[in-house]
Amino acid sequence: MNLKKTFLPLINPISKDNPILVQVLGICSALAVTSKLEPALVMAVSVTAVCALANVIISLMRNTIPQSIRIIVQLVVVAALVVVVDQVLKAWNYEVSKALSVFIGLIITNCIIMGRLEAFALNNRPWPSFLDGIGNGIGYGVILIIVGFFRELFGSGTLLGYQIFPQSWYDAGYMNNGLMILPPMALIVVACIIWVHRSYNKDLQE
Amino acid sequence: MENLNLFIRSIFIDNMIFAYFLGMCSFLAVSKNVKTAFGLGVAVSFVLMISLPITWCINQYILMPGALSWLGEEYASTDLSFLGLIMFIAVIAALVQILEMVIEKYAPALYNSLGIFLPLIAVNCAILGAVLFMQQREFDNAWTATVYGAGSGIGWLLAITGLAAIRERLSYSQVPKPLRGIGITFIITGLMGIAFMSFLGIKL
Repeated sequence: MNLKKTFLPLINPISKDNPILVQVLGICSALAVTSKLEPALVMAVSVTAVCALANVIISLMRNTIPQSIRIIVQLVVVAALVVVVDQVLKAWNYEVSKALSVFIGLIITNCIIMGRLEAFALNNRPWPSFLDGIGNGIGYGVILIIVGFFRELFGSGTLLGYQIFPQSWYDAGYMNNGLMILPPMALIVVACIIWVHRSYNKDLQE
Repeated sequence: MENLNLFIRSIFIDNMIFAYFLGMCSFLAVSKNVKTAFGLGVAVSFVLMISLPITWCINQYILMPGALSWLGEEYASTDLSFLGLIMFIAVIAALVQILEMVIEKYAPALYNSLGIFLPLIAVNCAILGAVLFMQQREFDNAWTATVYGAGSGIGWLLAITGLAAIRERLSYSQVPKPLRGIGITFIITGLMGIAFMSFLGIKL
């Protein structure tokens, strides 16, 4: 029982308290980077890392930050972490970093991170805050990967750049759905995920 | 002419919400009624219009590789571009803080109706996003950057007011239970996005 309570911040955000489906935070980047699976994966990992580290740092400083300037302090901590992620990504995988363009920088203003800092890290100890950061990062990442999977599969017929649908399908008249690549379809795919998620979790329905 | 072109492009074709999904969080949260949505839209456009020329100057004269050459020969090779993100977010946060004080002093009614969303403009992705796009596009002068900011802001205002108007009507319709609230809002935004894509073919 005690063990379960310790890991609650890790498990809760994955489905029941999912940052995208339930808290409706961090939508901007979730939609914009999901036209292919690979950038979605990279984005998920980056956000998880930044969220967990920022949570720990703010949690360590929570008793020394004056209430009135806490937003600026949080922004600076998050911005510093994002600069690190940005530089690492540029060095390690320049192609993906180009594809994500401004969206790595926009992790700073990702509402999930600010939201978790405000709601959790400011009044909890570092270890639960770390778990909360990882949990929310994973909850965010899972949705990104699902959306990226469907959009790349139906939009380009590939996954991570590998051809999935065989050539014979195309010869038989199958065509890639160009609409899936376009930005508006991301919204509709997320709406479908929300639909499925809420029909299983009746208590979330409005 | 060039600027008018950019202005119209940034309102309709490169619309912050429908083409890049920036500023989505407050877009979804504040679009329940038209009046507040319009107020927030105006505030966001205003911040965009001021912050873009300022960050353009910072980028041009401090951050870009070789930008510090006005200080003297020995600074010509300095490259501070890795500091960009921190500088920009600090400028935006400070601007929003100032704007908040000004609105509180001169327009208390608007201040009260915006409430918590005014300070949250600082973390609105649309602002930082526009600044980063401005850096990427390498505009020639501060005036072009202002035009781009104004256009993006008005595009955002248009989108949030439109969605708020649709959502006000939506309360009379029969939506499947699991889709109520946020789900149907996503679908409507998607459909509005597809509608806005019809501007894509326009050559300016």
